[in-house]
Amino acid sequence: MVNKFIRRFYTFLIFGFLYAPIAVLAVFSFNDSKSTAKWEGFTLDWYQSLFSNNYIMKSLYYTVLVALIASVVATIIGTFAAFGLFYMKSWKQKAILNVNSIPILNPDIVTGVSLMTLFVALNVNLGLLTMIIAHVTFCIPYVVLSVLPKLKQMPGEMLEAALDLGATPWYAFKKVIFPEIKPGIITGALIAFTLSIDDFVISFFTTGNGVSNLSIAIYSMARRGIKPEINALSTLMFLTVLVLMLILNKRTKIEEI
Amino acid sequence: MLKKLASGPYLFWIAMFIIVPILMILFFSMVTVESDGSYTFTVSNYVRAFDPIYVTVLLRSLKIAVQATLICLVLGYPMAMILAKMDPRYRTTAVMLFVVPMWMNFLLRTYAWMTILGKNGVLNGILSFFGLPQMTFLYSEGAVLLGMVYNFLPFMVLPIYTVLMKMDKSLIEAAEDLGGNKKTVFTKVVLPLSLPGILSGVSMVFMPAVSTFVISNLLYGGQYMLVGNLIEQQFLVVNDWHFGSAVAMILMLLILVSMAVMNKLGGSGVEEKGVNLW
Amino acid sequence: MKKIFAVVLLVVLMASLFTGCSNSDQVVLNVYNWGDYIDEDIFQQFEEETGIKINYETYATNEEMYTKINKGGTQYDIAIPSEYMIEKMIKEDLLEPIDLTKIPNYANIDDQFKNLSFDPNNQYSVPYFWGTVGIIYNTNLIDGPIDSWDVLWDEQYARQFTMVDSQRDSIMVALKKLGYSMNTKNLDELEEAKQALIEQKPLVLAYVGDNVKDMLISEEASMAVVWSGEASAVIQEYDYFEYALPKEGSNMWFDNIVIPKGAKNIDAAHQFIDFLSRGDIGFLNADYVGYATCNIETMKLIDPALIGTTYAYPDKNLLENFEIFQDPGDFIVEYDRIWTELKAK
Repeated sequence: MVNKFIRRFYTFLIFGFLYAPIAVLAVFSFNDSKSTAKWEGFTLDWYQSLFSNNYIMKSLYYTVLVALIASVVATIIGTFAAFGLFYMKSWKQKAILNVNSIPILNPDIVTGVSLMTLFVALNVNLGLLTMIIAHVTFCIPYVVLSVLPKLKQMPGEMLEAALDLGATPWYAFKKVIFPEIKPGIITGALIAFTLSIDDFVISFFTTGNGVSNLSIAIYSMARRGIKPEINALSTLMFLTVLVLMLILNKRTKIEEI
Repeated sequence: MLKKLASGPYLFWIAMFIIVPILMILFFSMVTVESDGSYTFTVSNYVRAFDPIYVTVLLRSLKIAVQATLICLVLGYPMAMILAKMDPRYRTTAVMLFVVPMWMNFLLRTYAWMTILGKNGVLNGILSFFGLPQMTFLYSEGAVLLGMVYNFLPFMVLPIYTVLMKMDKSLIEAAEDLGGNKKTVFTKVVLPLSLPGILSGVSMVFMPAVSTFVISNLLYGGQYMLVGNLIEQQFLVVNDWHFGSAVAMILMLLILVSMAVMNKLGGSGVEEKGVNLW
Repeated sequence: MKKIFAVVLLVVLMASLFTGCSNSDQVVLNVYNWGDYIDEDIFQQFEEETGIKINYETYATNEEMYTKINKGGTQYDIAIPSEYMIEKMIKEDLLEPIDLTKIPNYANIDDQFKNLSFDPNNQYSVPYFWGTVGIIYNTNLIDGPIDSWDVLWDEQYARQFTMVDSQRDSIMVALKKLGYSMNTKNLDELEEAKQALIEQKPLVLAYVGDNVKDMLISEEASMAVVWSGEASAVIQEYDYFEYALPKEGSNMWFDNIVIPKGAKNIDAAHQFIDFLSRGDIGFLNADYVGYATCNIETMKLIDPALIGTTYAYPDKNLLENFEIFQDPGDFIVEYDRIWTELKAK
């Protein structure tokens, strides 16, 4: 009983910690002042000026576009990579995993600058394409690291068993392996999407020519103090994500049943 | 066949976009540009990096990153366990709710803490409501630490949770049946088995923490230099890519070594062959 | 799960179709500017008048802009650096010459901003805004008079003020306080400035760039070293702030419009510079950003109350000891070293 109470209380505290700053942003998005410190009355003005701000809207579009493409591409490449790695010779797997961990261990700023150096050397114009490539690059390792433990926890020789029973490799992958590693793939995809949408440093170095994501937009705008439009945007983003998650959550449950 | 082909695109990708760029940075760190534009090999960039001033910066970064990682682990592990043990009806929703804040922009989340910790922020508002004196929370090492923990906590919880979820529950039951009390079961069974998750979590928190420059800039107002700030400054303000590359290479090496050490420590307690992540 | 991916892929596909719709024949001008340093509504007007579309991107410091342009991978048609950076870029051949005959509105620019030492014949740059660096303070919280850099070393104001997170400006403050030139190449003087800054560091609340105005308005800080336009923006909204120009002198800066090397649309860039130099457009920008215009026609439209204020158009005699930054060339490494050492302490 006490145990359960402590557990609830702890959960409550952690979630409170996670959501408090978001709540603050949300509250101040209705503040009738440019200040994010003083409450000076209720307004919806910031939402209106948000939608008429071209720069923010364009950055939002690029952020979502890049995050979607990068997380999907990274998840697909990363899942198959984990699968291939799992069946590789141990030393080979180890060597590749070490390379795999470089973007994770490496400071973002070095990843960003090194990629920029590469793009510049290859004479590729910095922009949307280079940003997507950079995002895929730093997302893949997380997908691999999320999926590989799942494969390793899988009861041994499952693929062989399926193949012996006459399944084609693709069929065996789809029906035997995939269900086992699905939670890992979902975690990986979620992490990839989150990292991509959140990224500032790497994007900052690998984009150019007017293509900027939300982080860069916020960073540049913040030169003149934070804009309440951004508070409004984060509130909307939060609600969208929340609703989307809840819908997906419901959907998966029905599918499972 | 499928097994081999599966990792093909991946191998190409990491060769092209991970290995080659790193080699380029390595090259940069070992040369200087002469006035006629030609490159000369030199160790001067590395020698400069071992000046006491820069060593202090490096140590400071390592210290705060370790602190942030430990706090995340201490806060995150129980949370992952609670999530894993949760009634399946609520669990998915709880995990989703846990992920949602991460979808908010990183800079915004850090800015939000500025409003909370600020002189006229929410926290001081609460203090003054109870008649307590106002305090300066912002522009301190504590604020930077808090910002790191807030931003990176989910990266600790999710991998641990994933591993705990997949853990064979019968092992725990067996241990309990064999007379292990809660503490023994946890330290002898659950904890060792969740080590891969912990290792992933630690690396996912430690790295961004050690390399960040935005958090320290915003929550400590730019007079607090971490190694991330140093590299950023070299690349953006000073435009000395050679020294910046040298610092980056040193940092990279240091991280790889510490990860290898951690791997040794973690690996010894685990008998199962497949658990070793690195 | 498959369904989720299908939905995601569909969204991506639709999104890419959406991008594909933009008209490719249209001339697109890539403008690279300081964040929030232009009234973006004028882009629309420019497009209507000329049919040229603006692709807009921003930077936070001169150095950031320089890095992007210098290292390549981008093609900007317009940028707006400050004087010492223009000097550096001219030296390094990073700018396209400007044909002033294609910019009739150049006549609107006040002569005192033309032919300055960093670009003697305005071969490479056209003036945009100018301003100063000074001290803004909250009169409710700080008892004046504030008229000297010395206050930033006064225990009385400990942890109440902010410095600028810009190496040249912060070192400038120390040099000026000590009575030296802010363009000094004397190592002893610089070393003295460094010691002064190290001594000052415990008193500083923060070194800020981006968010100084918020900090002032929220009373996080009561006093700050700022660029004049930031002061202007704060004071016009909250009249209990004042902006002081220190008697020891300070930095007087000029931001000019340039065409970076490698620009693709040089003609369109000239058209845009001409557009920006128009009186009415200059007024829209000046009104929006709060900095002081270099344009005679714009001056006629400016609120007369601004003339004579310290933060917008100060009296000449207040600017006596003011200097203009010069590009220190290779000597910049010494500034870099001092700044790094100060920050690392």
